[in-house]
Order: sequence, then structure tokens, then C-alpha cells
Amino acid sequence: MSLPFDISQIQTIIDTGIPHCGDIGLKIEKLEADAVTMRLPYDTRFVGNPVTGVLHGGIITTLIDTASGMCVYAKKQAYLPIATLDLRIDYLKAATPGEDVLTRAECYRLSKQIAFVRAVAYHDDINDPIANSVSTFMLHSTKSKPLNKLEDKAG
Amino acid sequence: MDNQDFVNAILDAKEKQDYGLIAENIPYLKYLGLTVEPDEKVGMIFHIPENKKFTGNPVLPALHGGVVGAFMESAALIHLIINQEVERLPKIITFTTDYLRSARVTDLYAEAFITKPGRRVVNIRVRAWQEDRSKPVATANANFLVSE
Repeated sequence: MSLPFDISQIQTIIDTGIPHCGDIGLKIEKLEADAVTMRLPYDTRFVGNPVTGVLHGGIITTLIDTASGMCVYAKKQAYLPIATLDLRIDYLKAATPGEDVLTRAECYRLSKQIAFVRAVAYHDDINDPIANSVSTFMLHSTKSKPLNKLEDKAG
Repeated sequence: MDNQDFVNAILDAKEKQDYGLIAENIPYLKYLGLTVEPDEKVGMIFHIPENKKFTGNPVLPALHGGVVGAFMESAALIHLIINQEVERLPKIITFTTDYLRSARVTDLYAEAFITKPGRRVVNIRVRAWQEDRSKPVATANANFLVSE
């Protein structure tokens, strides 16, 4: 790896290497040894209920899926190719209209081929969650280049 | 828009059988470009067009798993609104997606089935595919709360 594994590198990968994440404006807030926290800025494009202005569950799915994958990179300290195997989300309460949504995802178990992840979506207080998620990821899902190598080529 | 306007828009769409009017009123479904299309086998299917902004992996390239999940959740919701009487927008309670194959950056289709209708909770299964309907890229299971 040509650059240290840090927040600014992850943000660059999000912005330039993952078009959908760049489009919806995802930001990385915090990096831990086995976890990441990401932010989805509130955007009226993603409203699911036109009466209340509450965000659609689907955009929370994308935030959680992205953060859950990122925490596998954090745990492995490498941008290996991974693929979501399954993802369950429990929607605990509606997001508050106008507020950003944060998600902390933690890779709590890494086996040779599978990563196990749990994630919580919230506004300000992780103990007052909007959604709870568990997911699994296949490691080394393809033989393609890691995301940071792609970035080197682009840059 | 208040709740009655929204319910009226849904009823209007159902009466005209112009289901695009439902997606037209929900910003995120407009963002996805979701359409409802007639289908010989199951009556109706759901579709989002190819769009590079949905790319999650530019190397393969592949659709973002979040978009696949969000599309299937939207398909389940629209299917429910069309096939059951609604007095307000149903609330998603749980949503589980199994990713079976990497989805390419091209058109994505889905069909939905109500496995358990109900006055309080409805269970729906969704299946998504691309070129070959017999090769699903993902399946999903959703529970919606439909009562107050």
C-alpha cells in the first residue's frame, strides 16, 4: 500500500472510487481498529415519506452497507475485494427530517473467508438508535485490484 | 403535502392504474428512477434503469449493494401500496437482503409477493434479476407495519 491507512485516504476512495457514495455525499467521521463511523448528510432527494420529510429506508440501507464494508477494510488494514453476502436491518424509529444520519459499523469477527459485522444508525446518540443491522461479507470476492490501487492509477 | 393529499394521490394512481404516479410523489423513488411495468407472469414488475451514479465497484463494475437493497425495499413498498388498501404510508420494520450474484451496472428488475397479508403487519418477499430472470442477483424479505 502506497499511502498510510487513514481517514483522508478512505474519504478519497469514497469520493473518487465509489461513484454512488460520492453522489449521495457520504463522509467518514471516525476510524477505529475494527470500526468506522460514517455520516449521510440530510438531502431532500432521499425523502421516502413526502408527508413528513422522513428519509427512505433504502438510503439508510446504503449508508449501513457502505459503513459495514468499510469496517472490514479497517479491521484488515487493507482494501481487499469484498462482497455483501447478507444484510439485515431493523428500523427502530423514523429518522428526524432535516438531520444527518450517522452509522457506526464494527467488524466483530473475521474468519478466513467471511467477515461478520454489526452496525447502528443514529443522529446524535448511539444509544438512541434509528436502525440496527447485522451483515456478513465474503472476503477476496474477486481477483480485481484493491480500491487504493485503483486510486493510484486514477491519480 | 399532507397525508390526505398523499393518500388521494395513491388512490388516483390505483384508479388510473398509472403506478408511476406513486413513485412521482416519493423523492427517493424518483432519484432511483423506479418504474412499475406490466408483466405476463406476475402482473407487475419493478425496474430501475442503468445509471453510472449507482456504481459501487467501478473495477468489476458492479451496482452498489445499497442500491440493490433500496430498490428491492421500494419494490416491496409499492407492491404493498398497490395490492392492499392503505390509509397512510406503510412503515418498514425489518428488511433482510441476500446477495446472490454481483449486480452489473445495467437495468435491474424485481418482482414482489405478499407472503402474509395482515391488518397490522405484512410480510413480502422480493426477487431481483438483470438479463436472465432465472438468475436472481438478490432476494429479500420485508416486514411492514400497516396499522397505526
